[in-house]
Amino acid sequence: MATTYRTCPRTGLQFDTAAEKLMRWNAVAGVLALLVGGIMALGVILTRWPAVKLLPADQFYLVLTAHGVDMLLIWIIFFEMAVLYFASSTLLRCRLAAPKMAWLGFWLMVVGAVMGNYAVLAGESSVMFTSYVPMQASPLFYLALILFAVGALIGCFVFLGTLVVAKREKSYEGSIPMVTFGALTACIIAIFTIATGAAILIPTLLWSVGLIKEIDPQLYRLVWWGMGHSSQQINVSAHVAIWYLIAAVVFGAEPLSEKVSRFAFFLYILFLQLASAHHLLSDPGMSAEWKVLNTSYFMYFAVLASMIHGFTVPGAIEAAQRKKGYTNGLFEWLRKAPWGNPVFSGMFLSLVTFGFLGGISGVVVGTEQLNMLMHNTFYVPGHFHATVVCGTTLAFMAITYLLVPTLFKREMIFPKLCQIQPYLFGISMAVLSLVMMGAGTLGVSRRHWDMAFSGAPFQYEWPGAAYLMMGLTGIFGVIAITGGALWILLVVGSLLFGKKLDGGTLSDKPVPHAPLDSVAARASHTGSAEHVQVPGTVVLAMLLLTSFVLYYFVNWKYLSEVWALS
Amino acid sequence: MSAILPPADRLWWKQPIDKTEWVWISLAFTWAMIMFGMMIYWHINGKQNLSNEVYKTTPEAYAAKAEKFIADNTVRTETEKNIPVVKVPEGGDGYLIARLWDWYPILEMERGKTYKVHLSSMDYQHGFSLQPVNINIQVLPGYEHVVKMTPTKEGTYSIVCNEYCGIGHHTMLGRIYVK
Ligand SMILES: [Cu+2]
Repeated sequence: MATTYRTCPRTGLQFDTAAEKLMRWNAVAGVLALLVGGIMALGVILTRWPAVKLLPADQFYLVLTAHGVDMLLIWIIFFEMAVLYFASSTLLRCRLAAPKMAWLGFWLMVVGAVMGNYAVLAGESSVMFTSYVPMQASPLFYLALILFAVGALIGCFVFLGTLVVAKREKSYEGSIPMVTFGALTACIIAIFTIATGAAILIPTLLWSVGLIKEIDPQLYRLVWWGMGHSSQQINVSAHVAIWYLIAAVVFGAEPLSEKVSRFAFFLYILFLQLASAHHLLSDPGMSAEWKVLNTSYFMYFAVLASMIHGFTVPGAIEAAQRKKGYTNGLFEWLRKAPWGNPVFSGMFLSLVTFGFLGGISGVVVGTEQLNMLMHNTFYVPGHFHATVVCGTTLAFMAITYLLVPTLFKREMIFPKLCQIQPYLFGISMAVLSLVMMGAGTLGVSRRHWDMAFSGAPFQYEWPGAAYLMMGLTGIFGVIAITGGALWILLVVGSLLFGKKLDGGTLSDKPVPHAPLDSVAARASHTGSAEHVQVPGTVVLAMLLLTSFVLYYFVNWKYLSEVWALS
Repeated sequence: MSAILPPADRLWWKQPIDKTEWVWISLAFTWAMIMFGMMIYWHINGKQNLSNEVYKTTPEAYAAKAEKFIADNTVRTETEKNIPVVKVPEGGDGYLIARLWDWYPILEMERGKTYKVHLSSMDYQHGFSLQPVNINIQVLPGYEHVVKMTPTKEGTYSIVCNEYCGIGHHTMLGRIYVK
């Protein structure tokens, strides 16, 4: 199929125009889902804020379900499709394989997204994102999830096809770039995830229309989490790839070691799926041996991988900055970083909050015995707002500041507001995650309309601190939503009213990557041979490890004080 | 910009890894193994582990056992709904039914004594969340989970349902008395 190639004059990136259009539409669909999910978030947070308690119970559960589906699934996966097309056709400088199939995938996802929102908003499907059987949603709800997943699956295969095209047409030499490797990791996990989703959602659809009599609730949980958790690992791989991408674009940073970083991505493929077992730690149906093996021994290899990326990404930035001459003391490289550039500040906040808040809390909640302290409490959404929102969503927001001029050829409007937005959103979301975890530690339940138990046969008063935490949840939740709304305004405003930028030149043929031994290639690569020491990153990493160890053992101490159980 | 370009060195996997990176990887790996060991250690020496004792059951079969337990051990009833308060025999079995939207019955236990508490649901999934001690266990229909509990302090404890189970979820509050 004939297509043209556009070379962006600002970044030098080359876009297959067919792929470019897909990236734009997927990104726009994602932003729309974020908008709907954000409005739902307002309903959720204003209801859980004890002093406000906005919605009645039925509407609260409906809005909470829509919030989960729109944010965790629709927004993120649409955006990830754009990332996949970018990491394949643009970074490999080749044409996109099967653009018609890619459009079919896109429209299936759109139909799934619309149908899913309709099913939830019409009522009868307030089953939460996990939709545990035997609680039943309308068949439309399950069908919507299946259609959306099939659409995403098609996108994954188009990505893989594009890798094949690039290899065959020799658009690059040697190995694929690291960012593409990270996207490949996300894609492989996505395929596994979607297969698992089909394995549980198809029987559940048949059950909801009466063709299957019963689905075992424990089996449902086991298979569902194979999808539910690994789908979040697609996000981790994707946003880590974006960290590397931003470090490369903003600083010209290169990985400290290709071998280490790629090996860490490979560990995700091998072990992340098993981490989903940590959702079953307080379940009756699994033996302790099974729990320990899956959630600990195996999960820790995935944790190790994240700890490696957490070191190598800032390490790469530090090395690049030191080469530029920022060598004074431990942290001059960091102080002199472009903190006013939202691409960088968003990325760095994503890295720090994901590591310190999301990572540490994830391991603690995923420890077999400690899980009993947090299972199904408000700690759990606290943890995943730190990972998925502070980590993934913030990284996606950061890269958008780069994509708007590059992909949409528009300048961002209100540059001052653009500077503030990552801080407003990132910091309030981080505090929100923390106070949610705090409330959870005090026992407050997740997915609970009224912490005052109105209408219950007994009374139970939560400690005053729990009410305080929930009040703070409300306040910081509203600030975070403001930060998210600001991002949407800035992005949509820029697309509509931003100054039009020069699109660059079009050509009929792609220009492949320069051969590896060319002078140009040697000039742009310094090679790992001249390794730069990264003492600042070592200090930051040790700080992470120390907080990790302390917090981990504090929780064991807390556990040792509850009733004896066996 | 090598993260977005093919690696400069074709044979990147043959390049040596820097010492600093090795140190960090070794530290992280050691820490992961300590955390792995910690769970096994707690199974041997810790006092708070979730039981492996589980049976497949049906709501009917479970309800029948629970009703017999209630009939044999009820000491009084409480609230307008006449919820039975049932004394669990020392070292013996107590049954707790989770259903839309209550925990039934109220259990009475003594401090320092050990009891086998059975948990199962009659309908949807529920969450056993014991407050204010904060022990949280998933409760599934069709599964009878037997957990040995030893209350460490006297008082009135509440069981909050923390798995969403429908519109009346927030009223699903139960009780355990420890004397
Ligand atoms: Cu319940």
